[in-house]
Amino acid sequence: MIWSATSRGVHQPDNTAFTQQRLPAWQPLLSASIVLPLFFCVGLAFIGLGLGLYYSSNGIKELEYDYTGNPGTGNCSVCAAAGQGRAPPPSCSCTWYFSLPELFQGPVFLYYELSNFYQNNRRYSVSRDDEQLSGLQSALRHPTNECAPYQRTATGLPIAPCGAIANSLFNDSFSLWHQRRPGGPYVEVPLDRTSIAWWTDYHVKFRNPPLVNGSLALAFQGTAPPPNWHRPVYQLSPDPNNTGFINQDFVVWMRTAALPTFRKLYARIRQGNYSAGLPRGSYFVNITYNYPVSSFGGHKLIIFSSISWMGGKNPFLGIAYLVVGSVCILMGFVMLVVYIRYQDQNEEDEEE
Amino acid sequence: MRAQRHAAMERERAEVEEHREKAPQLRRRRRRRRREGLTRRVRSNLLQPPSAEEFAAGAAKGSQHLADNRLKTTKYTLLSFLPKNLFEQFHRLANVYFVFIALLNFVPAVNAFQPGLALAPVLFILAVTAFKDLWEDYSRHLSDHEINHLGCLVYSREEKRYMNRYWKELHVGDFVRLRCNEIIPADVLLLSSSNPDGLCHIETANLDGETNLKRRQVVRGFSEVVSEFNPLMFTSIIECEKPNNDLTKFRGCIIHENGEKAALHKENLLLRGCTIRNTEAVVGIVIYAGHETKALLNNNGPRYKRSQLERQMNCDVLWCVFILVCMSLISAIGHGLWVWRYQEKKSLFDVPESDGKALSPILAAVYSFLTMIIVLQVLIPISLYVSIEIVKVCQVYFINQDIELYDEETDSQLQCRALNITEDLGQIQYIFSDKTGTLTENKMVFRKCTVSGIEYSHDANTQRLAMYQEADSEEEEVVPRSASLSLHSSIGGHQSMRVPHRVQSTRSHRRTGSWAEAKRANVLSRHTAFSSPMEKDIIPDPKLFEKVSKCDQYLATARHQEHLLTQLPPELSDVFDFFIALTICNTVLVTSPDQPRQKVSVQLELKSPVKTIEDFLRRFTPSRLALGCSSIGNLPTSRSANKSDSNFMSSLSSDSALLQLEQRLGPPGPDVTGNGIRSQAAASWALGCQEERELRYEAESPDEAALVYAARAYNCALVDRLPDQVCVELPHLGRLTFELLHTLSFDSIRKRMSVVIRHPLTDEINVYTKGADSAVMDLLIPCTSDDARGRHQKKIQSRTQKYLNLYAVEGLRTLCIAKRVLSKEEYACWLQRHMEAESSLDNREELLFQSALRLETNLHLLGATGIEDRLQEGVPETIAKLRQAGLQIWVLTGDKQETAVNIAYACKLLDQDEEVITFNAESQEACAALLNQCLQYVQSRDSGSTPEKISGNVSETFSPLCQLSVPPTSGPRPSLVIDGRSLAYALEKSLEDKFLFLAKQCRSVLCCRSTPLQKSMMVKLVRSKLKAMTLAIGDGANDVSMLQVADVGVGIAGQEGMQVVMASDFAVPRFRYLERLLIVHGHWCYSRIANMVLYFFYKNTMFVGLLFWFQFYCGFSASAMIDQWYLIFFNLLFSSLPQLVTGVLDKDVPAHVLLAEPQLYKSGQNREEYRPRAFWINMADATFQSLVCFFIPYWAYFDSDADMFTWGTPITTVALLTFLLHLSIETKTWTWFNWIACGFSILLFFIVALIYNASCATCYPPSNPYWTMQTLMGDPVFYLTCFIAPVAALLPRLFFKALQGTLCPTQLHLGRQLAKRYPKKPNTPKDAFVQEQLPVEPRNSSSSQALCQNDDPQTSASLEEVPVQENPSVVSANMLPKTLPSQEYSLLEGLNSQAPGSSTPKEVAQDVCTQDPKIKQTSAVGAAPLPSIFKLPNLSSLNWISSLSLVSELGSVLQFSQSTSQVDKENGEFRPRPSQPTEDLKSLREQTAKSV
Repeated sequence: MIWSATSRGVHQPDNTAFTQQRLPAWQPLLSASIVLPLFFCVGLAFIGLGLGLYYSSNGIKELEYDYTGNPGTGNCSVCAAAGQGRAPPPSCSCTWYFSLPELFQGPVFLYYELSNFYQNNRRYSVSRDDEQLSGLQSALRHPTNECAPYQRTATGLPIAPCGAIANSLFNDSFSLWHQRRPGGPYVEVPLDRTSIAWWTDYHVKFRNPPLVNGSLALAFQGTAPPPNWHRPVYQLSPDPNNTGFINQDFVVWMRTAALPTFRKLYARIRQGNYSAGLPRGSYFVNITYNYPVSSFGGHKLIIFSSISWMGGKNPFLGIAYLVVGSVCILMGFVMLVVYIRYQDQNEEDEEE
Repeated sequence: MRAQRHAAMERERAEVEEHREKAPQLRRRRRRRRREGLTRRVRSNLLQPPSAEEFAAGAAKGSQHLADNRLKTTKYTLLSFLPKNLFEQFHRLANVYFVFIALLNFVPAVNAFQPGLALAPVLFILAVTAFKDLWEDYSRHLSDHEINHLGCLVYSREEKRYMNRYWKELHVGDFVRLRCNEIIPADVLLLSSSNPDGLCHIETANLDGETNLKRRQVVRGFSEVVSEFNPLMFTSIIECEKPNNDLTKFRGCIIHENGEKAALHKENLLLRGCTIRNTEAVVGIVIYAGHETKALLNNNGPRYKRSQLERQMNCDVLWCVFILVCMSLISAIGHGLWVWRYQEKKSLFDVPESDGKALSPILAAVYSFLTMIIVLQVLIPISLYVSIEIVKVCQVYFINQDIELYDEETDSQLQCRALNITEDLGQIQYIFSDKTGTLTENKMVFRKCTVSGIEYSHDANTQRLAMYQEADSEEEEVVPRSASLSLHSSIGGHQSMRVPHRVQSTRSHRRTGSWAEAKRANVLSRHTAFSSPMEKDIIPDPKLFEKVSKCDQYLATARHQEHLLTQLPPELSDVFDFFIALTICNTVLVTSPDQPRQKVSVQLELKSPVKTIEDFLRRFTPSRLALGCSSIGNLPTSRSANKSDSNFMSSLSSDSALLQLEQRLGPPGPDVTGNGIRSQAAASWALGCQEERELRYEAESPDEAALVYAARAYNCALVDRLPDQVCVELPHLGRLTFELLHTLSFDSIRKRMSVVIRHPLTDEINVYTKGADSAVMDLLIPCTSDDARGRHQKKIQSRTQKYLNLYAVEGLRTLCIAKRVLSKEEYACWLQRHMEAESSLDNREELLFQSALRLETNLHLLGATGIEDRLQEGVPETIAKLRQAGLQIWVLTGDKQETAVNIAYACKLLDQDEEVITFNAESQEACAALLNQCLQYVQSRDSGSTPEKISGNVSETFSPLCQLSVPPTSGPRPSLVIDGRSLAYALEKSLEDKFLFLAKQCRSVLCCRSTPLQKSMMVKLVRSKLKAMTLAIGDGANDVSMLQVADVGVGIAGQEGMQVVMASDFAVPRFRYLERLLIVHGHWCYSRIANMVLYFFYKNTMFVGLLFWFQFYCGFSASAMIDQWYLIFFNLLFSSLPQLVTGVLDKDVPAHVLLAEPQLYKSGQNREEYRPRAFWINMADATFQSLVCFFIPYWAYFDSDADMFTWGTPITTVALLTFLLHLSIETKTWTWFNWIACGFSILLFFIVALIYNASCATCYPPSNPYWTMQTLMGDPVFYLTCFIAPVAALLPRLFFKALQGTLCPTQLHLGRQLAKRYPKKPNTPKDAFVQEQLPVEPRNSSSSQALCQNDDPQTSASLEEVPVQENPSVVSANMLPKTLPSQEYSLLEGLNSQAPGSSTPKEVAQDVCTQDPKIKQTSAVGAAPLPSIFKLPNLSSLNWISSLSLVSELGSVLQFSQSTSQVDKENGEFRPRPSQPTEDLKSLREQTAKSV
């Protein structure tokens, strides 16, 4: 009758590292001595990164002009005043003159910016029909309820493209003219407006409905343009690859902005003589002023911007890195002081 | 096996739920039944018309309200599952809330998400729960099916024989035939048994866990039937109570055809679930079936308590709701203003209502409010409750799996029965403990006795027990000890069954030690409870042994003389009666291993107890007396054998026995001769016994068994017990058969039991009563002091009382044995009324009680016994640890004050050098006065002024313990001892506040003689008045109410059955496991859950904060820049796993440090981890973090062409990273699970995002995130943002945490540091550290450290106290291990490493030698004794020493030596406390304190 010590009871639990909660583990102790190097390392790294970002952001040139047309701010105020209270506003154009003392390093992007324009407003941002925009026949005829009240016209015709976003399409247009020599003739700078939208938007998300007899107009027969539009969607551009739902301006506009102040790409300048950027000289931008913003206190800007590896001009990130890095270093020093004092205490304690 | 267990657990739960479910149904049924009357009538089904259809119809008609035996614990059917389950789930408020929000999303005006998507999480949660329920229900169904299809033999009318049927086919009124070891399928009335006495034994382990056999009797009137029972002849009608859940009661009567009635009681009922034992076959009629059986009605499984933390959490959830509403309101107002402002201006982005009309700002605000509630629903996370449940289940799993909570002796582990209060374990402030069976083993060992005023001290027996004590603690000792050998092999006559060789072999297998023995005992106890050798092998006192044999011899020679006993000297006759009473005044059953027992009944007439007066008269005529006498020895052969044997024995004579005893006590070694003689004698004795078999005693209570074993040690062995007779075997007299006339069984009101027997030698009718001294001493025959005999009696009584008090002081359980001689007339008179009482149907119990009172008067005191209830292993250490952990331990016991106080001293609940306020009040007024006095005293003591002595109404028998003369110091607080009566006064409404205040001031409180109700009242009082977390621990049915009232009820799954386990939240095998359960698991569970809940709140607030800040930039229009998918699945998928892993696995402080520094437990008591402040700090931090995480992307993408989701996705990513980093700051233990979980979360997010953003260009209105993530991943700003935002957000937190960790570390920090410095060295926390960093209990380290240098004189002083002269061998055995050469260590190491427990003596020794030079020095100063103490492998304290810090180790070793001195002291005379060594200790302490 030997009762070996190894015989296991039926209910004896497994003696494994997991069940006994003895898994090998790293147990960091948050104290000054451990955090200290971390703070310094992170601080230094951030400051380095921040400096780099700051300088690369500073290297980006930006040129912007507010053409909202508030009284006394240039010749667009005429247009703004003319458009006041009239819908649709009469066709009006104004110009912005500027000169570049030196080469504006390319590639140059032309943006328009709207401020105080709440594209992210909930009821606005849902007011669209993606299926319709993707060229689905049924959706073309029967836009989703989300589009209401821009779903159907008063006569019951489906609106294409439906919804508030499409209805409020930005319809100012710009053309850039360059005077190479003072007194010389103004030459129109070619604006590349082909690939300003996301590739996936232009190629996947937005599709025209299937052509009827080779005609886009027939495909859109039986639909009405949004109330604010002056022309139907298939006449947005004479270029068949840039009209209908796949009009680039339209596609860009439909990508609703995150914040009430936003800019949208209008064109790129990269063709011909301007592939290196905008050379020295005088310029003017001819603005076709259609879009009313002054009623709700909005602003319209036109912006020329160059671009770096991290996108457009944004000094914030660089500064943020610098600040956080400095704070880290500062905290590190506090830690150091604490650590040294504590260390002394500790030694005293041990001596006792 | 585990699966089975699991299934069983499941099943239990299921049954409970089912029970709850069924309650209304039952009520309905009950109502119907009430209309039918309060009783149930059962008649045989065989009387029904024979044709099958009619039978069925009849059955349906006749017993339509009677449940059949089909067990159905499933909740659902296939059809009802969905509606029923959903209905149940919607009882949870949270579910309703989430469904409401999801449905709200279907309203177009306010919807925020794709409607179907918003339903997804709710459906997911509902589906998971439903699936779990379904699975549980299915497993329940499977086990039901299995049980329903068990077979049993049912009498079939057609076949006229017993047929095999399924359990489920049983009906009330069926006749079943059950064989040995078969499980009883329903509640069956026993009608016939193969046992000629009409008896049947059942084991109720399935029902209440008690393994002893219970006796059941055939219904009176059927036992006389000699021929086999024929169900067809059964025409009687049974009337019984309606089904109820009272296992201990059954009333009813059986009405025979002739109109005769016979009462039925619980002895006639076989309960479902029990097992037939020891009986070949029984037949019975089913009276309750299926769900109406008592077993099923009794099933109340785990309760659902709500933990403290959860209550707090719910409160904080309400705060969250408040915050949510506030946010939504702000948003609504903002949106209203915004709409109002821009609507006027014909803004291009303003969208009118769908009918083209302008939206009124107020309506817009209302819409916005509702949409905001949908969008911000994350604040009250759907996953919170689910996560907490998952974490708790895992915690329960880990607690269950902890191998250090596994008890090898009983092969049981800790059971968690309440699944949702694990974290309460970490917050306990008060522990209420039962004493018997909880602190003590509930293994009763006979220690001493006094007979007719003379005390027999049983020194050898005491020493033997001391040996066990040592053996227990040493566990693994290789060196065979001759001293113990001789002792063990030479114990009384009953040792004959043991061949000495075997004894030797087991001894030499000491490597398995007493543990193995215990284990074996445990295996044996499957058949017999209470049979460890410790309890069986009692060494008789030589003097008493001599007297007994003298008696025996005398009676043997003079057995046929008249007035036999009167010729004996009264003392001897008392001795003889005393042992007879010990042997027969009980309900102990004798069994042998070969069951079922087949007894050849010699005399049919003598089969049953006296039933009628006629029977009585018939049986007591003189002619029958002779017959009775001749039936003493049943087998002539055995009798002659006995005779020859007794000759042999007498030739040995008592002298030689004495000689042996002396030899045994002599120095070890040269006692071979004695041993030899003894074993020779034993062998011949064994040969002489014809029916030599190992007798096993099965008793209902361990006390009884202890007494029977004691009597057996005096050769007065109980050999057989039948319902009508008890056989006692004596060496000379041979087998005496006592005719058992009545047994008045024990009850807690009378506190005694009696047997009425006819003495075979004197032919007198004797009543032997055994009971608590308080119950028996009052019933003694009043003795006049006129005559000498009376005076003598009085003297005996007072002496016995004195010894009783002494026994109690030693912590022994006392029982008085008394006798009464009845004349036949008296007996007849009593019997008449008793019969009436027994057969009465109404208030039978009360009548029986009164009948018992009539019998048990005018008793003649024989003597008293002292039984030791040994302390469980590790109890003092556990109590010390729990104390250090800041727990108040109150002991509530039903025991006598003296016993309780002594146990309290033994388990270090009370300390020698602390004050004890003994609180005994005789009346309400006295109680009030005393209370005021005590309060004054305690207050004056606190204020430091001179105390007034309390000489309260201290009971006269118990003064030496009331030491109130100790001067007031800043030392330990006093302890309070209060008895039940005073407690009753003190718990009165008017006094309870004062009493509670006093009790709060005391270090420990000891309530003696308290009733179960008082126990629960105490707990309730502390819980409600002190607002404290309470834990109650107990092992018996009397603790159930206390356990249920307490916040946490812990049951000891011990010998007293399963009732307490059923009522408990946790069931531990032993008291000592409480330490680990609370200090380690409780702390872990609390800190895990607390941190997880806080993290949850943080996470959701922070996430919702992001959305809220956005509202300021979107015209409060409730739009969300975070895509709906991320919003909905964020909590459920992306961020859930890491927090679950941390919640399950995080260990803030490793177990060994927690055990070494129990004061770390206080963090849970003070709710340090999760208090309102922590919640709000967390919320503030969440707000800060959300601001950072919102505005860094905001500025980074400001003035850019980013669209909503190209901007929202980086924010989501930043949030996820911040959460994970935050979690990693909070995570204290990083296992590879944590790493994987974090990695998995990030990966999952990106993978889901990439797939989601690539899958469909138009499918997810209103959002359209097509190709967003892909674009972002090519954008450096995205990475730059994701890098800086989390760092910036967490910088303050990290900074403050680090500062806190350095400047003002909490206890837990220090614990972690400790663990870091001394990883996996459980016993080497630096003493300096302990002293300086951790504010330890005042009495812990410094004094004991100072003392350890003075260890040497102390040890010797305590040894001097030992009364050495009498028992040198024992002392030397005590000393033996100290002299062990240190080389033995290599062996010990190996063995000890197998022992459970975190450390081994080796480590202790090593640490002493190598780790700390300071201690080494100390040991050098302390010269020899200190290292020798560390080498004591058999010190019981060794296991826990190692887990204490080194400093306190030394202190505890000292304490141990003190306790040894006490133990040894008990061998000699009792000395009043405080004992000498303590005073030495005190003076030493003072000296050293001065010198330091």
